[in-house]
Amino acid sequence: MSVVTVQLGQCGNQIGGELFDVVANDSSTTQGLCTKKENESYQACCQERFFREEQSGLQVARALLIDMEPKVISQTLLKAVKSGKWKYGEKSYFCQKQGSGNNWADGFCARGPRHTDVLMNMIQHEVEKCEHMGGFFTLMSMAGGTGSGLGTYITQCLRDAYPKSFFLNEVIWPYGTGEVIVQNYNSVLTLSHLYQSADALLVHENDTVHKICAQLMGLKHISFKDVNQVIAHQLGGVLQPAYSSVGATAYGQNPVGNLLESLSPHPEYKLISIFNIPQMAEASLAYSAFTWPGLLKHLRQMLIASSKMEEGINWQVRPPPAGLPSEAKQSPNKQVHFNSSVANLIVLRGKDVDAADTACFKDSALYTSWIPPHVALNVWRTCRPFNKYEKSATLVSNSQCLLKPLDSVVRKAWNMFASK
Amino acid sequence: MTQSIVVQVGQCGNQVGCRFWDLALREHASVNKKGIYDEALNSFFRNVDTRGGVDGADVSSGKICSLKARAVLIDMEEGVVNELLQGPLQEVFDTKQLITDVSGSGNNWAVGHNVYGSQYRDQILEKLRKTAEHCDCLQCFFVIHSMGGGTGSGLGTFVLKVLEDDFPEVHRFVTSVYPSAEDDVITSPYNSVLAMKELTEHADCVLPIENQALVDIVNKINQMASSGKLGASMKLSSTVTSGHGGIKTQEKPFDAMNNIVANLLLNLTSSARFEGSLNMDLNEITMNLVPFPRLHYLVSSLTPLYTLADVNVPPRRLQPSLSFISWNQEGWKTALCSVPPVGHSHSLLAVANNTCVKPTFIELKDRFVKLYRKKAHLHHYLQIDGMEQSCFTEAFNSLTSLIEEYDKLDATKGSLADAPRLSIAV
Repeated sequence: MSVVTVQLGQCGNQIGGELFDVVANDSSTTQGLCTKKENESYQACCQERFFREEQSGLQVARALLIDMEPKVISQTLLKAVKSGKWKYGEKSYFCQKQGSGNNWADGFCARGPRHTDVLMNMIQHEVEKCEHMGGFFTLMSMAGGTGSGLGTYITQCLRDAYPKSFFLNEVIWPYGTGEVIVQNYNSVLTLSHLYQSADALLVHENDTVHKICAQLMGLKHISFKDVNQVIAHQLGGVLQPAYSSVGATAYGQNPVGNLLESLSPHPEYKLISIFNIPQMAEASLAYSAFTWPGLLKHLRQMLIASSKMEEGINWQVRPPPAGLPSEAKQSPNKQVHFNSSVANLIVLRGKDVDAADTACFKDSALYTSWIPPHVALNVWRTCRPFNKYEKSATLVSNSQCLLKPLDSVVRKAWNMFASK
Repeated sequence: MTQSIVVQVGQCGNQVGCRFWDLALREHASVNKKGIYDEALNSFFRNVDTRGGVDGADVSSGKICSLKARAVLIDMEEGVVNELLQGPLQEVFDTKQLITDVSGSGNNWAVGHNVYGSQYRDQILEKLRKTAEHCDCLQCFFVIHSMGGGTGSGLGTFVLKVLEDDFPEVHRFVTSVYPSAEDDVITSPYNSVLAMKELTEHADCVLPIENQALVDIVNKINQMASSGKLGASMKLSSTVTSGHGGIKTQEKPFDAMNNIVANLLLNLTSSARFEGSLNMDLNEITMNLVPFPRLHYLVSSLTPLYTLADVNVPPRRLQPSLSFISWNQEGWKTALCSVPPVGHSHSLLAVANNTCVKPTFIELKDRFVKLYRKKAHLHHYLQIDGMEQSCFTEAFNSLTSLIEEYDKLDATKGSLADAPRLSIAV
């Protein structure tokens, strides 16, 4: 099944470009670490999921680029062509002359309705080119005007037009110290509206990814390109093909649907985040060796302590003893809360993946009381390594870890609003 | 890509404008080596095919034929504009973009605003419309003028009102040069305060520039240049006051100061013209930096002022050590542009909506009061049709209330208490 990606605003388009790059590169590099048959099956699945073939033989991304000003789209299109492996469709973009001015209302109330017909037509065109349509994946930021405002509006329209489709919205949380002054207003408005129309909101925080770049990747001067590449790597780790059940012979055909099925047991809980391990500079990959037990132990603690990196994890945080609800637990260290999950999905990729034991994630202490762990936890595997990492584990979690940043954003927005 | 139109009014406005166009050409020349008319050039220049005579059609892409500035030049005496048209920049301007008169405004705001305003309103509107028609997506007007004189301050603010009435959706950015304390125009306090009222009410965003500050910067640079060791390693052509590499060869007295203002405008618009990883359009400036409609005075600072040869300045993240207002603790709007200005590897422009404009306004108010108390020079204004003493008192009140509003914000600086949150009915 195919996924149609909708890239909205500067952030959405920049990340989208990186994501397709990662996917195309990963798909085309043969690791030699799995059988040829396996590799071919992986490539075919990835190909159908993200690309379509054109007469020229070049892969065309199943994506739409939408922005209100032309600079970013032209850059993104050019970059794709330069890669030599893939490109965007000829008519797959829409842009205007003037940006939305960081104004959510402009994107949502003015631009959205004005351009609905053109945009929906363009999206429908792309959808019709899919033999089996698996769902929509939208990329946007919360802080700006186009991604946030127009993105929210388009998601609503798409939901109305395709009521039976799955929607996964990737939302980028801005730096806490401000890229845009009105970002808190834009964020609050976006989240409240998107929560109604999206099936799940996959969130990446700029601050966190920045730290990953600084500490794990050892980058000195971190640009948005670096941040976007890390995000694209993490997204690729989730969206690339994997076997969704034990003993399956074919790759999971319904990526977005399966993801949502695993992670959204309850319609009120839609905020999802990604924990990825290991994450390091490409140059260091050749010198590193990992074991599954080591990786999974770190991953579990990352989840419990809401830490997105394998360095600096707080090992003091422990799940509450069985039988006690987590609210009753008085933590001596009030700052760090134990992160309770609603649902978890682990995607394991690489060598000896079948030997990896995920029992530690089946602990009922990790989850809320109203969902039994064998339902709350899903594991997908493939022995085909991802993006040059011999072993990698991605945990997609529906848990409390976004509470603190969310509270902070709401508080700042409210203070700004209530001040005069 | 959006276009902007520059409206230069009065002697100061036109002289600064002249430096702006010179430096803009220099910047685009250094980026655009192939001479192709690209999107970046489109924002400030038209590409005209002059083979069909002066009134050639616009050429929207391909090689540059003849660049014409998107500008309207207004002055009530001919000297400055004529000099511009006879100088090396004459090719960049169209004679149809000019409005001139002979006798000037005599440093009288009322003459500029009331007399010439009503006389030239239709002409001004027509020229503006013509220029706007050549733009397929006009985003903002940049008005450059001074506050102390007669034409720049009077007619300049009149034009602002015309822009608001006839082009309500286009943003109005005003670069106003405020007189220094030792200004040679005696009536400059009157002109400035009368103009301030118009700016507060009709501009979207004002970038106040103090002549005194410009003088200080120029002096500092000259001092650095002439002081021994450090001076020798400074690249003179890279200073923010230098017009090196531009068309003009001879530098005139105010040129150094005007170059600073021109650089400010270029840096401000760079993110809208060139690519970058975090773009900022001009409408985002107003959106992010103007919390309340009247408080739209943005103080600007530019760095580096000069580049030292052989010194590598590593870019560092901004360290917030400023005190912010309680309801916007991290009020930063960031933009990143990949194209550096000429002569530098990178530069930083900080534009702040800061209560530090308050002392400037208070000083202005004091100078105004000194004159007004004695009713000195008032008769020159009152003898103009449409001027009454109430105009003065209204302008004075407008300035006073603006100062009060900034005062109130200063007062809330200390309080960090969060506003009580809404409780949700379950």
